[in-house]
Amino acid sequence: MSRPSDHIDSKPVVDADAKIVNPNLGVVGWLRWFWRQLTSMRTALLLLLLLAIAAVPGSLVPQRSSDPNGVSQYFVDHKDTAPILDKFQMFDVYSSAWFSAIYLLLFISLIGCVLPRTKHHIEALRAAPPVTPANLVRLPAYAQLTVSGKSAEEVLEAARSVLKADRYRVARYDRAAGGKGKLKSAAAITVSAERGYMRESGNLIFHFALVGVLIAVGFGGGFGFAGQRAIYEGQAFTNSLIAFDSFNPGRFFDPVTLPPYTIKLDKFTAVYEEQNTNAIGQPVDYTADVTTQIKGEKPQKQTIKVNEPLRIAGTDVYLLGNGYAPTVTIRDPQGNVIFTDSVEFLPQDKNLTSLGVIKLPDGLSEQLGLIGFLYPTVSTGHSGASFSMYPDLIDPQLAFDVYSGDLGLDNGVPRSVFALDTKDMTKLAGRNSPLEAIELKPGETADLPNGLGTVTFDGVKRFVSLDIHRDPTQGWVLVFALTALAGLLISLFIPRRRMWVSVTENSDGSVTAECAGLARGDDPTLEGAVTTLKDKLERALGLTRD
Amino acid sequence: MTDTLSQYSVLSLYSAMAVYAIAFVLFTLDLARGASQDSAPVGEAKTVTVVPERRKLARIAMSLTVIGWLLQLAATVMRGLAASRVPWANMYEFAMTGTLIITGVFLLVNLKWDMKFLGSFVTGLVLLLLGLAATRYYVEIVPLPPALQSYWLVIHVFVATLATGFFALGFALSLMQLLQTKRENSVAANEKTRLGFLTRLPDSVQLENYAYRLIIIGFVLWTFTLIAGAIWAEKAWGRYWGWDTKEVWTFIIWTIYAGYIHARSTRGWRGSRSAWLAMIGFAAVMFNFTVVNIFFKGLHAYSGL
Ligand code: HEM
Repeated sequence: MSRPSDHIDSKPVVDADAKIVNPNLGVVGWLRWFWRQLTSMRTALLLLLLLAIAAVPGSLVPQRSSDPNGVSQYFVDHKDTAPILDKFQMFDVYSSAWFSAIYLLLFISLIGCVLPRTKHHIEALRAAPPVTPANLVRLPAYAQLTVSGKSAEEVLEAARSVLKADRYRVARYDRAAGGKGKLKSAAAITVSAERGYMRESGNLIFHFALVGVLIAVGFGGGFGFAGQRAIYEGQAFTNSLIAFDSFNPGRFFDPVTLPPYTIKLDKFTAVYEEQNTNAIGQPVDYTADVTTQIKGEKPQKQTIKVNEPLRIAGTDVYLLGNGYAPTVTIRDPQGNVIFTDSVEFLPQDKNLTSLGVIKLPDGLSEQLGLIGFLYPTVSTGHSGASFSMYPDLIDPQLAFDVYSGDLGLDNGVPRSVFALDTKDMTKLAGRNSPLEAIELKPGETADLPNGLGTVTFDGVKRFVSLDIHRDPTQGWVLVFALTALAGLLISLFIPRRRMWVSVTENSDGSVTAECAGLARGDDPTLEGAVTTLKDKLERALGLTRD
Repeated sequence: MTDTLSQYSVLSLYSAMAVYAIAFVLFTLDLARGASQDSAPVGEAKTVTVVPERRKLARIAMSLTVIGWLLQLAATVMRGLAASRVPWANMYEFAMTGTLIITGVFLLVNLKWDMKFLGSFVTGLVLLLLGLAATRYYVEIVPLPPALQSYWLVIHVFVATLATGFFALGFALSLMQLLQTKRENSVAANEKTRLGFLTRLPDSVQLENYAYRLIIIGFVLWTFTLIAGAIWAEKAWGRYWGWDTKEVWTFIIWTIYAGYIHARSTRGWRGSRSAWLAMIGFAAVMFNFTVVNIFFKGLHAYSGL
């Protein structure tokens, strides 16, 4: 049987191996030896274990793919070790050279192992069951019965049909009397049967399906994309490259393939727990009501929820996060509006104290930067500092620290819209500065420091951050994964076994039928199966009532 | 109403633990006596002469385990009713449902093969986990966060816990197998051994076969968990696989057990080495359940702590 040479069931091939190891055989010999090693069970096993071990560091150290902020923080916290770890690709474990090397080797080993087995299995599927062994008593499961009044042929025919009914493949082998003295064996007519070919088929399907998963995953990453975009209530998003806040294309992604559609956020509703005293303020439901429009079609009202993404034009749109976007208007001393917008503030805690930045490069006599804190339900602590005591908008308050000076927008260095670099700026208002922070309730207006102008808090909108994806092969990944599961079930739970019935004539005219079985692979039911075979045979011969 | 129910749930759980504790003591006494006529596999039971006095301890312990299990079942169901959702959404509840399932699998397997000799291990492990849960992880009932509001919570987590039950027994059997091998080697070498209490247990090969059969069931369930998790992740987080810490550990566990299955088929690895792998696999399962849930950050931060 074509299992890997060190499979527990296969015959030792030490001799052949030893010959091939001989260096005199040259390059080809070495290559064959290497291939043999690579496709052995031991190597597959070691590679599997190695893969398990190699996956561990990625759970200990933050990964760029899943936690980019964590990586930045790690570089801050571990100045010395982070760069060294980075050299070993510890922040990109799952795309690292060493991790890839292990699984690629594993899959080469897998293919090298499975192809010859497939060939062999196809041959086995066509071949007849093997010749009946001479000495059935020695097999792991054995039973016999003696019958009188029936001919050997009748008994054998009964055995044949019983086995056939149990879906065995059967073949008849007759044996002439042979041997001498103690080893003498009587002439026998026998039937040889085998079943459970599906076990090996399942095993092969399983391994092939794994290759399928790997290929589909590899391609999916290449042709797909993932982009993020935040929109506030009333705002629309058009699916095109420039509209994304961030965008990660796969290697083979072509922007032309972005389907043209728009998504407008009509309303975002967050429901917070109000009854359960152990969980006041805990979110229990998020719903985004949107209007979508595919180019050239009618607009459609739809909803997106956390576990219910929107599937549109081959892309999937997920509700990833949400927060508040206070609407702020800033006027110069003459009353001209120089800024008015809803600005996305990032939530900082579970009661949604939110932090946002407004940058005013032009329009005022100086460049201004505002760091804003929004408290959806404001309260004041003992120290006099404000905080939010509930995530919903019950009593919102907006506070601004004001900075003047160089915003650093002109020197070409990309700046985050959520952070203000205050290194080259002077604090005009806020803690530890000449003036108190500006505090506003909705509808209120306050003066900016130094008579620079005014700031108005017009109201608060909700924003959602959407994640837009396309992964053209994820369906294939699922199909292969389920195929693997099916193959696994077949391969682990269908027993594969050989059965033999050998019928001999005794001198007194009775006939003896010997039944024996041999399992291939793990088969806890073998003994039971042989006993059952004997029972069924008795029944078929009319020896037992029932 | 919710409060009363959850209080009854706690009460019922504590009673279950008390009953398990007695069962644990009896199981252990039974083992220590080198007892367990019980350990003969049922299939071969015909040949075993039953000595009633000896079986008594294990039988009482077994009945107690059933009673403890029913109490725990009541506790878990009440918790679920009080919360109006499945009772597996935070560490406390994972532990409660998880140990319920481990014990359930143990009782179930005993219907087929007599495995009372694992009673100490099972009740011991369950007590340990429940003790931890009740003292360290207890949280009041709170509603589900939006990310958990999915029928996949029901399927994915339940099947994962079921797999854990099978792996737990696989671990115990593999441990017994290693000890049994040690004893058999000592006996063969005519040395003295302190492992005499294993004499009446199945031999190491038989133990390995039992372990394998349970672990492959666990493995199939785990494979399903992995796939179901990926499907859910795709719906909730927008990608089916992202090497989140919990995903990483699920993968690691799967790979270790795949290694175990190969090891058992590999010449030179069958026997003790594969038993070690089964034990490492379960250690990883426990690690995933405790340490990863509590100390690692990631999207799966649902311990409720
Ligand atoms: C990605 C790597 C691999 C994984 C995840 C994997 C997984 C598995 C699993 C889960 C099984 C048990 C289920 C079944 O019988 O179908 C199995 C069985 C088997 N695998 Fe693999 N395998 C891998 C690579 C390999 C390689 C490289 C070889 C060849 C050297 C191999 C040879 C076998 C054989 C012969 C069996 C049958 C074992 C038996 O007789 O019980 N596998 N594999």
